[in-house]
Amino acid sequence: MSHNTLSETAPADLANSELAAVEVSGLTRSSFILRGALAAGSVYGLSAVTPFVSQALAETGGGDAEILNFALTLEYLESDFYNVKGKQVGLSGQAKSYAKLFGEQEQAHINALRTVIKQLGAKPVAKPTFVFPVSNQSSFLALASELENTGVGAYNGAAPSLTSKEILTAAGSIVQIEARHAAAINLLIEKSPTPSGGFDVPLTKSQVLAKAGPLIKT
Amino acid sequence: MSSPSIEQSTSEAGEESVRQPAGIVERLVRDDVDRKRFLKMAGGTGAASFTAFVLAACGSSSKSSSTASTAAATATTATSSDSGDLAILNYALTLEYLETTFYEKVNASGLYSGKVASLLKTFGGQEKTHVEALKGAVEKLGGTPAANPNGKFPVNSATQVAELAYEVENLGAAAYLGQAANIQSPEILATALAIHTVEARHAASIATLVKKSLTPDGAFAKPASMSMVMAAIKPFLA
Repeated sequence: MSHNTLSETAPADLANSELAAVEVSGLTRSSFILRGALAAGSVYGLSAVTPFVSQALAETGGGDAEILNFALTLEYLESDFYNVKGKQVGLSGQAKSYAKLFGEQEQAHINALRTVIKQLGAKPVAKPTFVFPVSNQSSFLALASELENTGVGAYNGAAPSLTSKEILTAAGSIVQIEARHAAAINLLIEKSPTPSGGFDVPLTKSQVLAKAGPLIKT
Repeated sequence: MSSPSIEQSTSEAGEESVRQPAGIVERLVRDDVDRKRFLKMAGGTGAASFTAFVLAACGSSSKSSSTASTAAATATTATSSDSGDLAILNYALTLEYLETTFYEKVNASGLYSGKVASLLKTFGGQEKTHVEALKGAVEKLGGTPAANPNGKFPVNSATQVAELAYEVENLGAAAYLGQAANIQSPEILATALAIHTVEARHAASIATLVKKSLTPDGAFAKPASMSMVMAAIKPFLA
């Protein structure tokens, strides 16, 4: 679709009617919206266009990639926690088998998030250095519970801001696993597997950073 | 047969070994011929196996059968974002009604005691709050809430019930995941996500009772389309 064709039409109408026919697919829809929005801006003025433009720009790297990089940081944290700290602390029994399984799964999450971020044309954040103030199985499991439950809240809080529906499903696919981890850990330490009751509470970025921030050294 | 308990097993190999059976089912159902052979082998095994079988078949199919596009295609044709969300809410409401009925039956059965009974009672109460929330959301959109289908569930033994609960909760989680991408309203999406992870918590908790995998799909949960889920719940609507 050439730029010339779009600027000659009534862009807003064109965008709406053709949008219905376009299969929802992150990048395709955003570039279409962006072209339509830019054309609309020339006719209706920028204020009519801003929401569409910021959405489209978000899809090309700003919004979704930033959210995924935030998730990636949390996954790095959990992976290090289970795979590195878990070994240092010396776990046994169910705690040890959970740490092994969950650590493998967090690593898979890291790999997936890095791939998607690169597909968006953005750069995955580098892994920070973490410090976990735990020295035995008991304190390890208590922190595991905190981290997994915070992870659930983080994903649920951020997911509605994702513009790509495919990325939303991918994020959902990951948060479901974190919720399973959280429930298992909580049961292991005799806490409720559903600490927020029937509805998990979405967390804001600052609420998440309040929990995870102190563990991030660099 | 002793009731299952929330045992904190010291087995270290547990997780790896329980993942095997799901993989086998998935491989079997890829091929039509194998699928028929599997059905023959399975004979008339109960609702739980059927649900797991259908879900495994759906999950292992190509992307198109389990993504948003298929779910959207099988949902009511939406002429506005409201009617699409309405259909999804009523679909979720139907599932929550089924779960509520299931737990009511289980909790009345007397098959469990102690911590396990208490846990199942808590979960049943939570499904009930899901029903109320979804009903309210439908009414807020000016829609008519779906009727309670009054599901029928076999409740015969502690083990059988726990295994059925495992399948039902995994199905519920997959159903919500399958619809997330279709929801238009950010508010309704937030509610769906908040319920989605609780169903997953239920599934994982019950997994510990029946010594099955906490994460039957591995590191990434699989979404289930509306058509797949409706097929899987058919035995309970009879």
